[in-house]
Amino acid sequence: MGQNFRPEALIPAIGVVTDIRRDTPDVKTFRVVTPDGAKPFDHKPGQCAMLSVPGVGEAMFSITSSPTNTDYMEFSIKKCGCLTDWLHAMDVGQMITIRGPYGNGFPVDGAFVGQKLLFIAGGIGLAPLRSVINYVRHFRERYGEIDIVYGSRSMQDLVDYDEILGEWCEEDGIRVHLTIDREQEGWGGHVGFVPNYVKELDFVPDRTAIICGPPIMIKFTLASLEAMGFSREQVYTTMEMRMKCGIGKCGRCNIGQKYVCRYGPVFRFDALDALPEEYD
Amino acid sequence: MKCYPHSDLTALFEALSQTAPLYLPTESDNGAVYTKYAAGVTYSASSNTRLSPKSFFFPQTEDLVKFRREGKSVSVIDERTEPEDFILFGVRACDAKSIDVLDRVFLSAPADSYYAARRDHVILMTMACTRPAQTCFCHAFGIDASDPGGDIACYRTEDALYLDGCTERGQVLLDACGAILEDCSDDHAAVTEQKQLIRARTERLPLASLTTDGFGADALDVLFDRPEWETLSESCLGCGTCTFVCPTCQCYDIRDFDTGHGICRYRCWDSCMYSEFTKMSAGQPRTTQMQRFRQRFLHKLVYFPANNDGMFGCVGCGRCLAACPIAMNITKVMNMLGGKEES
Repeated sequence: MGQNFRPEALIPAIGVVTDIRRDTPDVKTFRVVTPDGAKPFDHKPGQCAMLSVPGVGEAMFSITSSPTNTDYMEFSIKKCGCLTDWLHAMDVGQMITIRGPYGNGFPVDGAFVGQKLLFIAGGIGLAPLRSVINYVRHFRERYGEIDIVYGSRSMQDLVDYDEILGEWCEEDGIRVHLTIDREQEGWGGHVGFVPNYVKELDFVPDRTAIICGPPIMIKFTLASLEAMGFSREQVYTTMEMRMKCGIGKCGRCNIGQKYVCRYGPVFRFDALDALPEEYD
Repeated sequence: MKCYPHSDLTALFEALSQTAPLYLPTESDNGAVYTKYAAGVTYSASSNTRLSPKSFFFPQTEDLVKFRREGKSVSVIDERTEPEDFILFGVRACDAKSIDVLDRVFLSAPADSYYAARRDHVILMTMACTRPAQTCFCHAFGIDASDPGGDIACYRTEDALYLDGCTERGQVLLDACGAILEDCSDDHAAVTEQKQLIRARTERLPLASLTTDGFGADALDVLFDRPEWETLSESCLGCGTCTFVCPTCQCYDIRDFDTGHGICRYRCWDSCMYSEFTKMSAGQPRTTQMQRFRQRFLHKLVYFPANNDGMFGCVGCGRCLAACPIAMNITKVMNMLGGKEES
């Protein structure tokens, strides 16, 4: 052991995977606790953590469980590379490493209080929003009515489908609007892309919208909202960038002067407008 | 101020190296390099070192932490140790300033413990720069080559070395070497004369007229969409040499390596000029070399000052001018895009 007692953000702690749930053909949700069985650390909805399998890699993931869950942390992860392939192949009981929390999170105790909220997610984009949605459900009286628009390629690709049907859809004051891209046998719900569905639902622009999904979906959904009269000050999103440190030093996640790992990943659209249009 | 009244610096180096390991610029086949002092090692001031002293604080590669993985179990092995004190001698004003730039990144909360530990243990002996290269432009960033700062600022004349203790740490070292040093006045004529000579020499450099006009925290809107970025970056090979030789470039990568006896997580220098730098499985945000090129220069000339009270992320050391294989560099960017705002 070394004799250096300086704190170091880059040195992770151990996490134990205690549950693995298959959400979709390429998304699994992993439950993580410390070796003592506790929640790894406190966080705010929308914040992220660096997970790694030593020898395989380390990457940033949004924390999908709500801070109100004090027993464990959950991460919904899409299989799309070396590390995520490994995570998808592992079994319960596996140790990984975890460090965080990183980023700013959503203003759930600030600007969102007293507001009607409209959550719009596409595909795995539900993962970061699930933390906010469950936080807001926990402190239901602080917020106005809630709409959740969620779309995916197919029925099978809807993440957290059981929780959506079993809990969100059953709760008063929450309206859930699901859609899938193409007609499918056994699906009686809406069919079509999220931006178009949002337009059809024709929301009154008296609420705060939160969008997360693929860049193209975010772009067109924002356009749909603006056409309904939403201003960019009313719409929030969360960004995805490659990150190595998580603390604004490794130099790769910036948009203009802002490091997404520290000043993001949550941005209000007017704040994004103030940054250079580096990425589409 | 103290005076070491000899032209041969050997006795001084002997005294300094008795207190802590001493590193100083020496000649090599590849230009000047920092070398650990031992008997027979001679100081060279003919040109600045090929690479800045950046790697003393932020090595090109370094181990961060080790892991052991057995079955489903993982353990973290933190082998960090507190480094020993060391002395860096002969650092020029530009490179001394580059350490201030790196401090802004690595010492801002949460501080990088690896960097901070080395930084806490260095005694920086700078040298007034009497031999600037034709590629030098530190003055453009407000750096005074005749006032290099650090813990001890040194001025070398033909027959003596004058040492000005700028910090308590510097004073302590000067006291430790007191036996071979003489007291002298703070405005010693030889030092004053040398400062004037350096300033006059700086004014005659080829890049003397380069300024930061048109750059800084507020210049983003004017600069970002300028069509000249295409022309400037057209021939950029994306080789990353500029970032390698740059004293202030600090982007890094973190990777794991299985040693066969465990897993080592290490950090190494990275470059924003590389196409993989921002590449994710979800896509590539900066798809063109123009975007990567623009990122590098806007970071030094706009983003860094915006985040650091106006401090620029370039110190004008000129290394990238000499190193770039296609002769593109920050001075060309500044000349083409800068200038006073037209009224």
